This record gives sequence, C-alpha cells and structure tokens, in this order.
Amino acid sequence: MDLPVHVQLDLHRRMVRIRLFEEAAGRLAESNRLPGFLHLYVGEEAVAAGVCGALNDDDHITSTHRGHGHLVAKGGDFNRMMAELMGKATGYCKGKGGSMHISDTSLGMLGANGIVGAGSPIAVGAAFANRYRGRGQVAVAFFGDGSTNIGAFHEAANMACALHLPIVFACENNEYGEFTPRDKTMAITDIVDRAAGYGMPGVIVDGMDVIAVHEAAVEAVARARSGGGPSLIEAKTYRFYNHHGVQNLGLKYRSDDEVAMWKQRDPIFTLEDRMIENKAATRDQFDAIWAELRAGIEAAIAFADESPYPTPDQITVGVYTSMSGAS
Amino acid sequence: MADERKLAYVMAFNEAVKQQMEVDSSVFCAGEDIGAFGGVFGTFGGLQAKFGADRVVDTPISEQAIVGLGVGAAVTGLRPIVDLMFMDFICVALDQIVNQAAKLKYMFGGDAVLPLTITTAGGGGLSAAAQHSQSLEALLCHIPGLKVVMPSNPYDMKGLMTACIQENNPTVMIKHKRLLGMTGHVPEESYSIPLGKGNIVRPGKDVTIVAYARMSNEALIAAEELAKDGIDCEIIDPRTLQPLDTDLIISSVKKTNHAVVVHEAVRFGGLGGEIASQIQELAFDYLDAPVTRIGAPFSPVPFSPALEQHYIPDSKTIVQGIRDVMARV
Repeated sequence: MDLPVHVQLDLHRRMVRIRLFEEAAGRLAESNRLPGFLHLYVGEEAVAAGVCGALNDDDHITSTHRGHGHLVAKGGDFNRMMAELMGKATGYCKGKGGSMHISDTSLGMLGANGIVGAGSPIAVGAAFANRYRGRGQVAVAFFGDGSTNIGAFHEAANMACALHLPIVFACENNEYGEFTPRDKTMAITDIVDRAAGYGMPGVIVDGMDVIAVHEAAVEAVARARSGGGPSLIEAKTYRFYNHHGVQNLGLKYRSDDEVAMWKQRDPIFTLEDRMIENKAATRDQFDAIWAELRAGIEAAIAFADESPYPTPDQITVGVYTSMSGAS
Repeated sequence: MADERKLAYVMAFNEAVKQQMEVDSSVFCAGEDIGAFGGVFGTFGGLQAKFGADRVVDTPISEQAIVGLGVGAAVTGLRPIVDLMFMDFICVALDQIVNQAAKLKYMFGGDAVLPLTITTAGGGGLSAAAQHSQSLEALLCHIPGLKVVMPSNPYDMKGLMTACIQENNPTVMIKHKRLLGMTGHVPEESYSIPLGKGNIVRPGKDVTIVAYARMSNEALIAAEELAKDGIDCEIIDPRTLQPLDTDLIISSVKKTNHAVVVHEAVRFGGLGGEIASQIQELAFDYLDAPVTRIGAPFSPVPFSPALEQHYIPDSKTIVQGIRDVMARV
C-alpha cells in the first residue's frame, strides 16, 4: 500500500458515496417509491472508484445498465441522481431517462445504457474525438463480463486497437450475465484472454481491492494518455444484490454461501481495516465520513421527494436540438 | 457561365463534404474503404488525399462501431460523417442508430447535441439483389430523434448534404445508387437546402404526385406522358422525409383534389401509408378520389433484371396509377 493516504481516502469516499446511494435507492425501491428497473452496483464499488479515481474531470466514461456507481464515482450529484430515479423534473435527465440512462455530460459521463455492450462503441468515438482535438483526454468504457459476448464489444475493441485510440476497457467481471453464470456462456475463465486477440495489453485485478484496481487504472490511463493505445482491465468482482432489485439471498441461480463468501471481501470494509491496521486512518475518522455522506443522501431523498414531476407538455421536448424538427 | 456548371449527383455529394471540411475542422469522415479507395461508388473520392487519413478514416468492416464512433465523437464535440456502404447494412448497426444516436439527447434530458450525419446508398436497379438494393427509409422515419433525407438530383444533393453536415441532430443521408451518375446544374459555391422543406418539381392542376429520390424523376417522365392526355400533374418531392413537409403536400392536394404517393420501397408499411393518412386527415373534404400508393410488391428485391425491372415502380407504373385515380372521378 504505497498510495498516499489522501488518495486512499479519496477512493474510500467514492466507494462509500456509491454504497450509500445504492442502499438508499434499494430501500426506496422496496417501498415502491422508485418506478422502473433498478440495477444496484453494491459490491462492485472498488471498480468504479478505482478507475474514476485515476481520471481527470474532463475524461470521458461510458457506462452500463448498472450505471449509478460510475456516475457517483465521476462526481455525480446525489440530489439530481435521486430526483432522476424518482422521475422528477429536477433529475439529471429531467425525468426522461431514469436509472438506466442517467448521465452528466459535464462530468464526461456519457450515459448509463440499457443495451448491453452499446457503451463501448460510443467510448471509442469519444476517444477518437479526444485524440482528434489533441485534448489529452482519455475515454473509459465500463462493461460487464456478459457484454464481451456481444458483437458491439468486439467491433469496439478491434476498432480502438486498429486506430490506436486513447481508451481503457474496464471490465467488471461479476461472474453472471444477468442470471446465468459465466461458465455457461463462455469457454474461457478470464475475460482478459480476449485482449490479446485485439492486440492490446490486458491485466486481471482483484475487483474487491480498490487499491489494486486504482493502480492498474493509473497505468492504463497513463498509457492511453501518452499515445500508447488501448488496454483492458479485468476486475474480478461480485454484485451483492440480484441482477435487478434488492433481493440478495435465496436466489435460484447462486448460493447464499457464495454471496456470504464474497461479502467477506467487501471492498469498503477491507480497505478500512487495512488503513486502520496501517495506521493510515482511524475508525472514528471513517465513522465521521459515513455520517457526513449519509446526511447528504438523506438530503437528496428529501430534495427528490419535494421536487415536482415533469409536466405532460415536456413529453416531446428534447427530441431534437432545435424544434424545427419532427412532423 | 459559372452558375450553369453541371455536376454529377455523386460529385455533388463529394463537393458538399469537401466544402464543409474546408470551413469546419470538426468535420471528419469514417467508413469502409472511403480513404485511398474513395468509397465503393467514389463518393469520398480524393478526400483523404486532400484532408489526410486523420480526417478521412478507413475503418474495419464494423457497422456498429462505425456508427458508435460517430455517436461518441458527436456527443463529445465533433461533427462526424459516418458512411454505411449500403443501406441494407443499417440493419447491422440498428442499435447504435435507433437506441443510441436517436435517443441519447432525449434520454439525457436534452443535455446532448449530436451533429452526426450517417450516409448510405439505397435503392435498386443494379441487380444487386435482396441485401444490396433495399429502400428502408420508413424504418428510419419511424424513429423520433432522426432526420431522413433522400435527394432526387445533383442540385438537391449538394444543398441537402450541406444541410445534413451543418445540422445539430443525427441525420441519415440516403444516396440513390441509380442516380450517382445523373448530372445537373450545381453551383460551385456552398449552399444549403433546409431540411424539412419540399420542392414543387412540376406545377400542375389535376393531380398531386408525391415522389422522392429516383421516383421523383420517374414521375416527371410520367407527367409528360399524361400531359398528352390533358392530365396536368403537380409533382412534390419532399426531399426530406423526416421531418416531412406536410404543409406543401396538403396545399397541393387542396388545389388538385387528387393524390398519388410513389416510392421504391415495399408498398405495405411504407412511407406512402403515412403520407396518405396525413392527406386524408388534413384534406379529406378536398379529395375527389382515394389517395393511391404506388410501391414495390411485398417481396425482397429480386436479382434477375427480368424480375427487378417489374419489381421497381417506373414511369409506366405511375402513368397507370394516375389513370386509375383519375378514372374514378
């Protein structure tokens, strides 16, 4: 653990923000206060935090259907996020997008995405634009293990490598594509094996260890930024909850023992334990951080609750950039 | 005289791209074989030599990634032109076109601008068979967030392509393969034709023919034939199909009291159905006969010239269709 303490605390803070937001969203969903589908990021926090902690504010990311964590890690605002999940006019997408399309282009977050694999080609486009403009920015495509089986991923990875673009492919391998285990859907164990087929370096990291993820991301981002081309990071991780919704135990497709085993390796608590052991932080310090951020999430729920819904006249607003538009 | 300069449809496209690339450094092109080769129909010919491989990019045969490249680059500040060699290939890239390009702005609550032009070549008549001849414009016009353009002549091509590149929304520019060699007057200076504005190709008083792309030209031939019988056709070329210039069509029908819609696409579920519906909703009391649709039969485009020539509507089909409509009076 050579990372400066302030960097470790920054990564910790990003993870706690994700955890609190997602747990709050889960509670709201349980009491039927959130419309639509909810795909929680709990358990995978180290990946978004570790990678986004290696990015500048103006770097770009594309996300997945499990996208709240990526936006939070990129600096997303709790109020506007919670309002969007509730479908309110004050939300990030004015209630037009919801959980699966949450985005903040001003933070370089080019959208959660309801289509598995669709974010990667868009990240390639962002990477192209960044190099074209000579802006020194990089793009990161977050995606799951399952999406590496879809053609869009293959096309994106190949094109990024063929054009030698400043991009990082960040795979969250949580071992399940929705409800089907990885070993039923592919004949390889490690997603990183695919990297060689495109001619890019790939590395496996412990996706429950934010420091390990961060160090791999720093290296990959530096490679991209300095003209070294794409790379792939495979973070072995786990989603604590179901594919969607808030159930975590008693699921047919995975055992409670397996869930318990992964929860032992909770990315936030293991980091806290290590930092306390290394005398880099104290329990009181962490308690204060949780309390501070928890207050923020309670305020966000109140903000969202009090916010108005969009009015029906907004349905056809925002389809085109100027409404010279559609018939 | 400079303003009488003639140019082929394909070069009108090329010149629009070239002129916009000259004035706007955010414009770049990407697609299969568009660089040194210049595109399968020569549409991008000479552009890589002029602007370099960074601005005229040869891509892998990866239609999803080609459109995705355009979406990602557009939403981060460039003005991409991405080429899908044949219109049939949009099917390979439909997720990026329909679920991403068309919807990003809306899903983001308006917080995105996508100045993206997707160019492709549609239409039959080259014995290119079922996977290289389709007219799938109705599919695209059904998607909120897209604009769809189908020019029928070189002048319109240059003006509409210029407008597409300058447009701040995703547009699909559909070149007709059979019109690539068509020559006509095209001014050298840059100009644009507003998207959503149709054109009265031929004024007339007896029947309105709504026809676009190559069918607009076939309608002109048909109109000359019908003029011999004293039937005076007014031809409306919408030029842009989404948004559609409904006002122009309706004002014409109110004058002629008859309407025939012609397209090369399969008749069932084609854009003709939408246009006919708009006419009956907005001009029902003015109609002296039902609105007729002329289009292809409900089959894939056949290969053999012996079949294809009967599959695609032409001036003779249009003449017959109009005689049928006028006979009902």
